[in-house]
Amino acid sequence: MGKNLGVNLQDSWVLSLALGGELASHGYSRGAESHFPSCVAGGAGGDRVVSVPSQSFLGVFRSLPSLEKTVEKCLISLNPQASRLVVQLHCKYGVTKTHNLSFQECELLQAVFNKELCTNTLRAPARVLVDAVVHFPVMLAEVTLGVSPAGKVSFRNYLDEDTEPNRTMVTELCLSEDEFQDVQVQQQSHVTFCLKEFRGLLSFAESSNLLLNIHFDSPGRPAIFTLSDPLLEVHLVLATLSDPNSSSQVRSTTLQAQPANGAFPPATPDDDFTGDDIDSFMIAMETTCKEGPGLPSSPTFPQRRPHPGAALESESSAMESDLEGAVPGTPPQKKFRSLFFGSVLTQSQAGTHPGPSQDVLAEDSEGES
Amino acid sequence: MRFRAKIVDVACLNHFTRVINTIAKLAKTCTLRLTVDKLYFILTDKVANGGVSMWCELSQGNFFDEFQMEGVAAEYNEIYLELTPENLSRALKTAQNAKTVKIKLTNKHCPCLTVAVELPSLSSSSRIVTHDIPVGVIPRRLWNDFREPSVPDFDVSIYLPVLKTMKSVVERMKNLSNCIMLEANLNGEMNLKIETDLVSVTTHFKGLGNPPWVSEDGSQNSTQDRDPESMAEARIDIRKLLQLLAGQQVNPTKALCNIVSKRIVHFILLHEEVSLQYFIPALA
Repeated sequence: MGKNLGVNLQDSWVLSLALGGELASHGYSRGAESHFPSCVAGGAGGDRVVSVPSQSFLGVFRSLPSLEKTVEKCLISLNPQASRLVVQLHCKYGVTKTHNLSFQECELLQAVFNKELCTNTLRAPARVLVDAVVHFPVMLAEVTLGVSPAGKVSFRNYLDEDTEPNRTMVTELCLSEDEFQDVQVQQQSHVTFCLKEFRGLLSFAESSNLLLNIHFDSPGRPAIFTLSDPLLEVHLVLATLSDPNSSSQVRSTTLQAQPANGAFPPATPDDDFTGDDIDSFMIAMETTCKEGPGLPSSPTFPQRRPHPGAALESESSAMESDLEGAVPGTPPQKKFRSLFFGSVLTQSQAGTHPGPSQDVLAEDSEGES
Repeated sequence: MRFRAKIVDVACLNHFTRVINTIAKLAKTCTLRLTVDKLYFILTDKVANGGVSMWCELSQGNFFDEFQMEGVAAEYNEIYLELTPENLSRALKTAQNAKTVKIKLTNKHCPCLTVAVELPSLSSSSRIVTHDIPVGVIPRRLWNDFREPSVPDFDVSIYLPVLKTMKSVVERMKNLSNCIMLEANLNGEMNLKIETDLVSVTTHFKGLGNPPWVSEDGSQNSTQDRDPESMAEARIDIRKLLQLLAGQQVNPTKALCNIVSKRIVHFILLHEEVSLQYFIPALA
C-alpha cells in the first residue's frame, strides 16, 4: 500500500515521495544543475505534506557527476520526532552521507489544471525555443508568446506598467510554424508568462534533448508546459497575465487592484502561511472553472503497481494559482506563481522495464507483491 | 527623414558590433549623427558626462551594403538622434550569425531605430528578430551643440603605449587612488603617477615616439620650441581613463594623446575604418 508523503519545497519546487513502495523522488532544479537523483523509498508513513527549503534539498544533490559515480542508493524518510527530513546517500565503499533537513508542516496542495482544455498547443524541440529566448535580456521578467492561425508564432518582451514605453527597447522574434513539430492554434491569442521560469525549464529540456509542449489558452488562464521522456513527465504550469481589456475577464474576479500586472491573490484565509513569505509557498486556490473529469479532487496518485527492476516513479502534488475565484487577502509580492513537478507515467508503463540506456542507480527496495 | 541601412557581410557586422560595444562602454546615451557618407557617435562635454566628450566617426561604406539617408531637409541632409548605445549593442549581440541585419528609422509608438535581424533557421523561412530601440530626434536648431571638437593647442603629443599594458597598469592604480597624473614629453617618455598619503606609484614608459603634427598653415608647430625633456602633465579621473582603455575591443592602428598641461588630455584612437577621439578634462 502506498502512503504518500508530499514534500513541498519552497520556491516553487515540489517533490512528492510515496513511501512504502516503488517510488522514487525527483527534484528538479531550474538551472543548469537539473538532475535526477534516483531514490528508493521505504517504510510507511501517513499522508503528510511538508515543506523543505529547496536550496537545502538541492544542496544535497548538488554535484551530479560525483553523485553518479559514488551514490548507490538514496533513502528519503521523515523523522517526525526530530522534525527532520532525512536524506541518506548510500555511497560506495560503505560511506553513508546523511542530511537532516528541517521542515515545516503544510497543507496538501494540488494542481487543478487540464491541458486538454487548452485551445492552443505548440510542440518544438527545446533547442528551437532556447534559440528564441536568447535574444531577450537575461534579466527580463516576462515574455509574451503570440500565435495566429496563419502559423506565426512570436515572442515579445513584456513591458510592465513600471517601464516607460518611450525608453525601453522592444524585441520581437517571429518563428514560422515550420520550426515546430506541431502547431494547433484555434484563434489568434497571446499569453504573457514568467521568462525566468520558462528559461529554467528550457535549459533542463535542452540538456536532455526533449520536446517541449506548450498548452495555453487566453490571457489569464494558465499556460502548461510539458516534457516527456520514457522515464518521466514534467509539467510546468505558469500563470499568465490577464488582459484587463479582454472581455473574457468575466470569470476573473480576482483582486484587480493592479489589473495591469495581474497580481495574484493568495490562498484562502484559513491557509497556514498567508503571512509568510509568499514566494516560498505554493498556494492552493479554489477554482470555479470546470476543469473536467480528468482531475480528481484528492491528490492524484496512480495505483501503486509493482515494478520489476528499478522503475523510477514519482508523484507530486502541486499547487496552482489560477485567477479564477475571488479570494480575499493581501496580494502576493510576486506576479506569477508557478509550479513545477515531475511525475512519471506509471500506469502505461507498469510492468515494463526501463530502457536499457537508462542508468539504473537504485533498486526497488520492495520486491513484487 | 528616412534612414535604411543593411549589413550583409559577417566580418562587417562583427566589426560594427565591436565599435558599438566600445561606444556603449564609453557613454550611457550619446548622439548618433547620420550623413550621406558617415556615421558619428558624439558625446558632448556636458556636466552630466563629467566634462568628458567623445567623437567617433565611421565611414558607412566600410560596413554597410546598403545605406540610404534622407535628412531633415535638402540643405540639411543629416539626421541627429539621441540614443542609448547599450540597446544597440544588445540587439547586435545575438545577431552575429545573421544572414542580414537591417537598421532603419521607424516611428512606432515613438521614433525608433529598428534593428531587424534575419537569422538562419532550419525551416524554409528565416527567423526574424526585430528590436525597436527608442531614439530621440534632435531638432536642427540644436545641431550646433554637436560640432566636431577642434584639436586643442597642445603642449605635447605622444603615441600611447600598448593599450593592453596601459590598461592593466591603470587598473591596478585605480585601487589606490581616484586621480592619475598623466605626463609626457617630446622625447617619447610618458609617466603615469598616482600619489596618496601612504604611497606613490609611477610607471615609466619610454621610446613611445611623438607624432609629427603640421599646423594648417604649414609653419612649424610651436611645440618644436619646447624643451624635449619638459613634461606636460594633467591630473585626470582614473575611472574615465580606464573606461576608455577597457572599452577597446581591438588594438587600434594608431593611438596617441595630446596633452594640454593642467587642462585637458585629448586621446585619438585610429582603426582602419573608425576614428575615435576622447577628451578627458584635467581635475582642478
